[in-house]
Amino acid sequence: MKRRTFTSILAGFSLAAGLFGTAAAAQDMRIALVVKALGIGFFEAAAEGAEEAAAELGNVEVIYTGPTDTTAEGQIEVINSLIAQGVDAIAISANDPDALVPALKKAMQRGITVISWDSGVAEAGRQMHLNPSSNALIGNMIIKLAADHLPDGGQVAVLSASATATNQNTWIAEMNKVMGNYPGIEVVATVYGDDLADKSYREAQGLMQSYPDLDAIIAPTSVGIVAAAQAVADAGKIGEINVTGLGLPSEMAGAIQSGASRSFAIWNPIDLGYSATMIAHALATGAATAAPGAEIPMGRMGSITLDDTNAAAMADPFIYDSTNIDQFKSIF
Amino acid sequence: MRRIVASREMLLLVAIALLLGLVSTRFPGFVEPANLVAVFNDTSPLILLAIGQMVVILTKCIDLSVAANLALSGMVAAMTNLAVPDAPIVAILLVATGFGTILGMINGILVWKLDIPPIVVTLGTMTIFRGTIFLLTEGKWVNSHEMTHAFKAFPRTELLGLPVLGWVAVAVVVLFSVIMTRTTLGRAFYAVGGNPNAAAYVGIDVGRTKFWAFTISGGLAGLTGYLWVSRFAVAYVDIAGGFELDVVAACVIGGVSIMGGIGSVPGALLGALFLGVIKNALPVVNISPFWQLAISGGAIIIAVALNAQANRERGRIILKRAEHAA
Repeated sequence: MKRRTFTSILAGFSLAAGLFGTAAAAQDMRIALVVKALGIGFFEAAAEGAEEAAAELGNVEVIYTGPTDTTAEGQIEVINSLIAQGVDAIAISANDPDALVPALKKAMQRGITVISWDSGVAEAGRQMHLNPSSNALIGNMIIKLAADHLPDGGQVAVLSASATATNQNTWIAEMNKVMGNYPGIEVVATVYGDDLADKSYREAQGLMQSYPDLDAIIAPTSVGIVAAAQAVADAGKIGEINVTGLGLPSEMAGAIQSGASRSFAIWNPIDLGYSATMIAHALATGAATAAPGAEIPMGRMGSITLDDTNAAAMADPFIYDSTNIDQFKSIF
Repeated sequence: MRRIVASREMLLLVAIALLLGLVSTRFPGFVEPANLVAVFNDTSPLILLAIGQMVVILTKCIDLSVAANLALSGMVAAMTNLAVPDAPIVAILLVATGFGTILGMINGILVWKLDIPPIVVTLGTMTIFRGTIFLLTEGKWVNSHEMTHAFKAFPRTELLGLPVLGWVAVAVVVLFSVIMTRTTLGRAFYAVGGNPNAAAYVGIDVGRTKFWAFTISGGLAGLTGYLWVSRFAVAYVDIAGGFELDVVAACVIGGVSIMGGIGSVPGALLGALFLGVIKNALPVVNISPFWQLAISGGAIIIAVALNAQANRERGRIILKRAEHAA
């Protein structure tokens, strides 16, 4: 009996908040983009994407905010202040998956749409989570990057982090699943640089010695890809061996300039901020609902379909090469 | 004693030759002169640090902060290059070596004046140095496109077929061979570790000698810091993570006694080369990464066992002589 009263009161509250929210949306919808900390290039770029989405949608104001250091406490303060301001939606990249749940629950009880992106929040604390990409998409991308420059097939080798690194092993396993789509591409070896610059460099040298006909080195790790590119450059094999994989534009700019790496991939923060804003808008206006299997549109980024945990992957990792490296190398 | 040290060096030479032979059966290209030069060049940072570490271990101390010192000095060198792109390489070398020397002196002062056990001091400074890099950079990397061409070219420049990096190692080996055998300070390191009480009686300041040992180790780590950052064309918090253990291992394999007082420059050089050959051979002989760790560990245990054996024999000989005298 007591419980029913409580839930009905709660329903009343959220209905009122919902009405209030809808009323506000008629004027100007306010979407808060909460990041891990202010002043980080990656998130500044995400905010740029959010502004792009806001301009496209019209009548949307993006509030780009976050703590000054990457702490959960700082983010909780930010969330509380956003609740007080009565924003319509919060899209957050979390510093801690669990610590933020109570504050975000409070926001949802006030009728605020809450989603997480980039770095997720536990299921109870958000309506949906947007991953930048998925293991399957990454696994496919790393072999595609190598294969795209090898129309006649060739030998590629993988330079991973440590032999026990879960994420790297998952990506390599996903890569092996789709090898059938890339006929003529042969993975001759998988070696481990332990995310140490010197060991990765030595392993890359070893690959070049053991496989004189090697065409590409795939390094799905930011330390490994930089070290392998340097090893290829020092061996005078630029043009013969293409180093590719996952890396950050600021760290890989030199390798792209020297030609040791033709292209590499990682998430595009601009697209990520854009998509998060689009999704937050769709959920806050009621144009879409967050439920397993639901499809949510994301403007120019297409659409996503939520899985059982209300999470989804945005897109393939974004490809960086000589045409766009200068734009991104100062961002992250 | 000299006979034992000599035999240890012979033993290592034979072991390295055997190792090279073994590798060449699986990968003939490994023993080509050009590749051996490359292996020596690759091992140069380890040689430089092992010589500094040997001096410290001779005085019954240990310097666990060398890799962190290398990373911090390397980062300082890289940031100097960013701030003053026109600075000549000589200036960068002085900055890196000087900075490393100061870090080494901090270790030395703590051991000398406060009498804190060296393992505790350097364990502490190891984390402090790494933390300092993070404070300096907020975790950001200094990347290859931000470094000047001259900064990156120095260790790569070839003279008579060997890159400058390798020549630096050669020069330091020669310099320290002279210092350790022909100077008062060099002999003091042996005396302080071999018998601290006797050393004090003959007028050697034990604390001050340890201070100089840490200073030398720090200076070499600083120099190596620049060479490392320049060679791999990247500087960040974690470079050379765990490298201090390789350095201590090179010394132990080279016959430097952890108890102090025993060791030589050629021993440390060969110990480093032994590890260097293993590190460079493992990627081309195509064996599991888990075995790679086991092989490195096995080599260290064998070396320590040999060291212990050598020390025990020495004890027996002295007793026998004492019996004869009686």
